[in-house]
Amino acid sequence: MTLLDLSARDREGKAATAVRPVWDSEPLRYLDEHGAPVEGGIRPAPALLDPAALLRGYRALRFARAFDTEATNLVMQGRLAVYPSCRGQEACEVAAVHALEEQDWLLPTYRDSAALVLRGIPAVDALTLLRGTWHCGYDPKQWRTMPQCTPLATQGPHAVGLGLAAKLAGDPAVALCFFGDGATSEGDFHEAANSAAVYQAPVVFLVQNNQYAISVPLHKQTHAISLADKASGYGMPGIRVDGNDLIAMNAVLAEAVRRARNGGGPTLIEAVTYRVQAHTNADDAARYRQSAEVEYWRDRDPIDRLGRYLTALGALDAAVEAEIDEECERYCERMRAQFADEPSYDADEMFEHVYDEMTPQLKAQREMLRAEEAAK
Amino acid sequence: MSPGTEEISAPAAPLTMAKAINAALSDAMAEDDKVVVFGEDVGALGGVFRVTDGLAAKFGDERCFDTPLAEASIMGTAIGMAVYGFKPVVEMQFDAFAYPAFEQVFSHLAKMRNRTRGAVPVPVVVRIPYGGGIGGVEHHSDSSESYFAHTPGLHVVTPATVEDSYSLLREAIDSPDPVIFFEPKRLYWSKANVALPARTGRIGTAAVRRQGTHATLVCYGQTVPVCMAAAEQAAKEGIELEVLDLRSLVPLDDEAIESSVGRTGRAIVVHESVGFGGFGAEVAARIAERCFYRLEAPVTRVAGLDIPFPPPKYEHWYLPDADRVLDAVDRAMAAG
Repeated sequence: MTLLDLSARDREGKAATAVRPVWDSEPLRYLDEHGAPVEGGIRPAPALLDPAALLRGYRALRFARAFDTEATNLVMQGRLAVYPSCRGQEACEVAAVHALEEQDWLLPTYRDSAALVLRGIPAVDALTLLRGTWHCGYDPKQWRTMPQCTPLATQGPHAVGLGLAAKLAGDPAVALCFFGDGATSEGDFHEAANSAAVYQAPVVFLVQNNQYAISVPLHKQTHAISLADKASGYGMPGIRVDGNDLIAMNAVLAEAVRRARNGGGPTLIEAVTYRVQAHTNADDAARYRQSAEVEYWRDRDPIDRLGRYLTALGALDAAVEAEIDEECERYCERMRAQFADEPSYDADEMFEHVYDEMTPQLKAQREMLRAEEAAK
Repeated sequence: MSPGTEEISAPAAPLTMAKAINAALSDAMAEDDKVVVFGEDVGALGGVFRVTDGLAAKFGDERCFDTPLAEASIMGTAIGMAVYGFKPVVEMQFDAFAYPAFEQVFSHLAKMRNRTRGAVPVPVVVRIPYGGGIGGVEHHSDSSESYFAHTPGLHVVTPATVEDSYSLLREAIDSPDPVIFFEPKRLYWSKANVALPARTGRIGTAAVRRQGTHATLVCYGQTVPVCMAAAEQAAKEGIELEVLDLRSLVPLDDEAIESSVGRTGRAIVVHESVGFGGFGAEVAARIAERCFYRLEAPVTRVAGLDIPFPPPKYEHWYLPDADRVLDAVDRAMAAG
């Protein structure tokens, strides 16, 4: 047995007190870690197995990885104030965005910058907040994408509100809300899940269980084997899926989104994945986990896995890879160029959006600041 | 309010503040189908104070509905609905029951407009019955206005009169910004002859309730009638007190305060919440900054004691009353 194997850890550490048999908590999969279809795995709709569609998914994964890598480079160069990487979790990002239609709402956390650019938001806008300014950088209504949420789980009730509003308005819109595993310990997670179920709001809660909340490992976060199990307490379906298997992720999300859109209420999805990088560039993961563990998960990389499958199908070859490489490189070059110059900062604007109409007190403070600046 | 409604307004009749707030909700819901009311027990029961009485029956349970007992979720749901285009009016059942929603209020409700550079306003009204004097057991009598007033991005208002309760709530629902609407629960059953719909002034404007020349009593919510009673008594001794009802804590009507205190030269700030770090400290500091050379006496505060709000048998010792206000007036008059 290896400590790094999730199911092995379950067997060793939790079996005595587990509320459910270990085999029930095995995540749904289509592909094994080497990219071969697993026996008795999830059976997606034929459209989700179409090689051309899967190749588009593969491109999106590669693109997400390239974006994430470039953003990590930008923070090393001081172009970004901070960057929480989603490396290793790209299948979750891609599947979530692809499951949504234009009218649907996405509620990202700080780790979901890749989902923003996959939704179409220009990288330079999507990374505005992490560049070190006060606003999210894009119009959430235009992109149906809320600002990336930092206070853990607090975006959950917003998803309920967006979903309930769509339901009351008679619109076929769905809200998809990202959480991390740490967020499932927060009260707002519980309140949101419970309320969404009571209202039968069209919401999909997608927990990316990447095994760590900064340094705190999952077994210190919960005594339960499965985060998806929580769903039964709220009266909604709970699905545990391999978060590094894009095909399984697509299948599970498609079903959850369809159920929400058709009035079937919310779903809780736990995507089992791994945070390959440290929490952010400011974190030192070597203080709390072994590199062998990271290597174990690198072997289960979502991109390699789908790549091997597509190669075996004959849908992917060196020429296509080279084409994707070039596309990604062009995108990253544009990113680098856009971040080359520091944007200008306007002190006046700090006062402009606090209220619809600036209060007399804020006007006075703006004047004070202007005078200070003029005197410099 | 649509043009011409003044002409068709109902004749004045004695109305309680609770009924006036109910009328404001009902009128706003009738005018705009994006206005929705939700919270704990606001549906069939009509709220524990009956403020939402009849709204679910009149507008249906998609416009007025009960929620799970989860204040953070109520607040966050309101935020999400406002982003989508609704105008939620949510009820926090009692002052201290709003505390679980603090994070949603402070991190999101107050900041959403700012962190989206103005793209996402959140026109949510949060109704909070507050204050003591009704014999409530613990956690039912807090005055929590300072926590909210300290948070940029929120408007904080509290009516003291029946007419203002209607008008301020309509203004709050019309506002594109989040408004914390503190309802002085001791005054729910106060009555006045008012003609509805009434509009008494924009959010951000104070109201002089009584004109005077010797000192200004700056107050809001439940201490307004206390200050009016004190002023009546003082008048018998030849002291004319001006009573300034702030009614809007954020934005604060600095000009009304300066205008009054600048004239009278004396200011006593009166509120029910804990004095230490309370809203009165802000008012007193602003008076010192703006009126110092016109003051005849130190600015003083009459506030709740710096203790957790006491139980029913003790609250008469805690609550500022006319005598405590008049003692402060005496000190101010003796000073200059």
